[in-house]
Amino acid sequence: MANKRVVVVGGGLAGLAATMKLCEQGTPVDLISLTPVKRSHSVCAQGGINSCNDQTRQLGDSEWKHFDDTVYGGDFLQHQAPVKEMAFWAPKVIDLMDRLGVTFNRTQEGFLDRRRFGGTLYKRTAFAGATTGQQLLYALDEQVRRWESQGMVRKFEFWDFLSPILDDSGRCVGAVAQDMVSMQIRSFPADSVIVASGGCGLIYGRSTMSVFCNGSVASRCMNAGAKYANAEFIQVHPTAIPGSDKLRLMSESARGEGGRVWVPRTPQDSRPPRSIPESERYYFLEERYPEYGNLVPRDIATREIFNICVNEGLSVESGRMCVYLDLTHIERKELDRKLGGILEIYEKFQGVDPRDVPMKIFPAVHYSMGGLWVGYNKSSDGGLAAADPTNQMTNIPGLYAIGECDYQYHGANRLGANSLLSCIFSGLFTGPCVSSYMNSQSGSAAELPAELFQGAVAAEEKRHAGLLSNQGGENPYLIHQELGDVMTRAATVVRDNTQLDQAYEKVHDLHNRAMSSSLTDTGAWTNQNVIFTKSLQDMFPIAKAILKGARMRDECRGAHYKPEFEMPSLKSEDPTARRKEASEWCDAFEEKNRKFLKSSIASLEGMHPEITYEDVDTGSIPPRPRLYGLVGADAIEEEWKNRTEKQAVATA
Amino acid sequence: MISPETNDSTEHHPEKVNVRILRQDGPGQPSYWERHQVPYEENMNVISVLQRIAAQSATADGRDVSPVSWDCGCLEEVCGSCTMVINGQVRQSCSALVDRLLEEEPSEIELKPMSKFPVIRDLMVDRSRLFRGLERVKAWVPVDSYYDMGAGPRQARSDQEEAYPLSQCMSCGCCLEACPQYQKVEIYRRPGETDEQFEARKNEAYDEAFLGAAPISQAVLFNSHPTGKNAKDERMEALTGPGGIQACGNAQNCVAVCPKEIPLTKSIGKAGRAATVHSIKKLFDR
Repeated sequence: MANKRVVVVGGGLAGLAATMKLCEQGTPVDLISLTPVKRSHSVCAQGGINSCNDQTRQLGDSEWKHFDDTVYGGDFLQHQAPVKEMAFWAPKVIDLMDRLGVTFNRTQEGFLDRRRFGGTLYKRTAFAGATTGQQLLYALDEQVRRWESQGMVRKFEFWDFLSPILDDSGRCVGAVAQDMVSMQIRSFPADSVIVASGGCGLIYGRSTMSVFCNGSVASRCMNAGAKYANAEFIQVHPTAIPGSDKLRLMSESARGEGGRVWVPRTPQDSRPPRSIPESERYYFLEERYPEYGNLVPRDIATREIFNICVNEGLSVESGRMCVYLDLTHIERKELDRKLGGILEIYEKFQGVDPRDVPMKIFPAVHYSMGGLWVGYNKSSDGGLAAADPTNQMTNIPGLYAIGECDYQYHGANRLGANSLLSCIFSGLFTGPCVSSYMNSQSGSAAELPAELFQGAVAAEEKRHAGLLSNQGGENPYLIHQELGDVMTRAATVVRDNTQLDQAYEKVHDLHNRAMSSSLTDTGAWTNQNVIFTKSLQDMFPIAKAILKGARMRDECRGAHYKPEFEMPSLKSEDPTARRKEASEWCDAFEEKNRKFLKSSIASLEGMHPEITYEDVDTGSIPPRPRLYGLVGADAIEEEWKNRTEKQAVATA
Repeated sequence: MISPETNDSTEHHPEKVNVRILRQDGPGQPSYWERHQVPYEENMNVISVLQRIAAQSATADGRDVSPVSWDCGCLEEVCGSCTMVINGQVRQSCSALVDRLLEEEPSEIELKPMSKFPVIRDLMVDRSRLFRGLERVKAWVPVDSYYDMGAGPRQARSDQEEAYPLSQCMSCGCCLEACPQYQKVEIYRRPGETDEQFEARKNEAYDEAFLGAAPISQAVLFNSHPTGKNAKDERMEALTGPGGIQACGNAQNCVAVCPKEIPLTKSIGKAGRAATVHSIKKLFDR
């Protein structure tokens, strides 16, 4: 494409997939990343990547069922067209990664091995040991290096994206970024900008995320007018290893390979775990969810672990909350082959071999289902129209968002092993969409007047200089710790309106204080102090969108859990009364969906997000109650079935 | 997460951790030692020590200083960012636990930047030569396209089990720091030089210098892949060219320091044999 260039911000799975696809189509790419792209946070993904496959297909699985599991697991909060497209692409995505040399585990016969993950009854997950994200990322990194060697990609690593550049008509025509080594700020004219900057876990202080995942890119796009959707949906992963600098993930694959979660029935039983007899162990997930067992969706597993420690007082330790995740019944060799990577992490950081002693784990903030609002164009078959310029485009023309920093694929809760898929899929799929957009625009960004770009750079230089000279006296690192504490208390597993109100006030106060940070380094060379302070200030718009979105959503949906608005279990035993109760339950469910089956959309007004709501397209799979483990599920299911059948007849 | 950070452990531990850091303000600047002190916490690693140091921005004797610069990412030893020389040994700072380090040396922890790469500032170094090495050996599978062409070639489990350890290389640079044959290449920017010119001059210097274990092992990985081997001859050209496999002195330090326990010497052995075959083949092809 003559004279057209694209800027990609972020070099994780999504950014790299988009980059190589664009190069293949002949468009050169400037790739901006906080870190050498090979070190992006995608490396941390452990368990695997989902798709319907030859084996599951013969057991009744299909792309449609993968689609259905994803939507049901996400509590119906996703627009269904993008999810459908993703599920139908999934087998093709894995085939491509296989061709690119990913060292997927193999069966004896040499086919890709698969394991089971949460929220499904099929073995859909392809994996490369327990470092699948790393292996997938490396395959894409290698392809992008190949394009780099041909001059199609220019990498700007250790560069911080500061803002999109908009022209007079509001189109995105480039980006401003800063070299974190020389501190130089410059513009990158581009005919389209794709942000693929990942999640925002750093807002919570400690999480399972890498230090780059601070949400600043999304926030800076919001500042330029981009909308941010479903901010309140933050996944808290059930199993992580607590640490003082980070909460390290213990993959769901540990349970996928047979790991069992339990606590001693005697509170804080001090015996070594393996000497506690079976009868004195409480396998609470298996008992409460006989069908899915340890592989219930993540939001449910997290709440149960939280509940068993906080409300039932059955934490393994008295001083700190944790439960056992037990792999000791599985053969060592098998564990090494399939889970080696994550077991080494546990061993290295905890000094205990999880092959011999059950691990101690607790939930941790892990993934943001929400993200920049993006559009899509639905095809006649209910998927996405290929190469349509509106797919994955934010409300700013020419500005795209993909991967974890968009909001499209996971609704109110993400299923395990779907994130690697959504990242690679959205990256590959968006390439041609961006090309179509650029074809529809006359001229190129490089031909626009230089003043436009100079003005954008000057604005960022002003901000930078202001930070260096600010003498407000606040310590940005301590403010970050406070922000993390407030967010972790108010906006994780259990949410409460009074607490959310208080948290918002506190966070606003911290926001003001962060704006008066004093820097201890005012130098002009590799100044990490100023880069950090900038990203800290930019955490607040998203932190506030999370709190406000959570405050306004008076219901339980996926990861968003407010006990005050929980749908109750059925109580009566008498069949007639039970049927009546089920009917009332279904009424309440329909009412709840009328009010809240909507995406929250935050746009920034000064220092505060304003929230509006957008209907969700549930055109392919009508919403149904999500009933994992609820008492009275059978009665509700039957009532719901009757209701939907009647409605179908009525509309026919 | 919500879990409070208390611990019942009654083990003896110091109240403060002493840290000695070799700092440098920029490329070509002199380096200097600086002492810091942070309160001891349970389960601390070098990353959390550096985080506390950044927050207090003052030396052990109370002098205000700028925060120490260092590189880190995942904090769980899969990204390769945070390599440094800790108590004289090159390793990842995330998995360097304070308790273990104090067992090695109770009086203090010593942090230095890697010596084989140019220092950018303090503990941050420029490892672009390592990534350039991956480009030199064409460490990728040369596929036709990214369209849907069906599955990749079927592979025996034993082949996957050979390949997987090699593909866990996270480009941390430990093997290069430990290698006696790998010498620092530092190119300073000339006044008036553009980014592109400076980059080109750096790459030229890198391309003459020893590749080191990590890129050699990647060449072996891709030479063994059913599709990757289609570019084997080009990789062997790089491995038999200047700075190639012949520069290896067989010190075997690389394999000893690799945090991922990658069989690097085995890779080097394989590459060496392939290099011999390649050279003989070229002799006969002339």
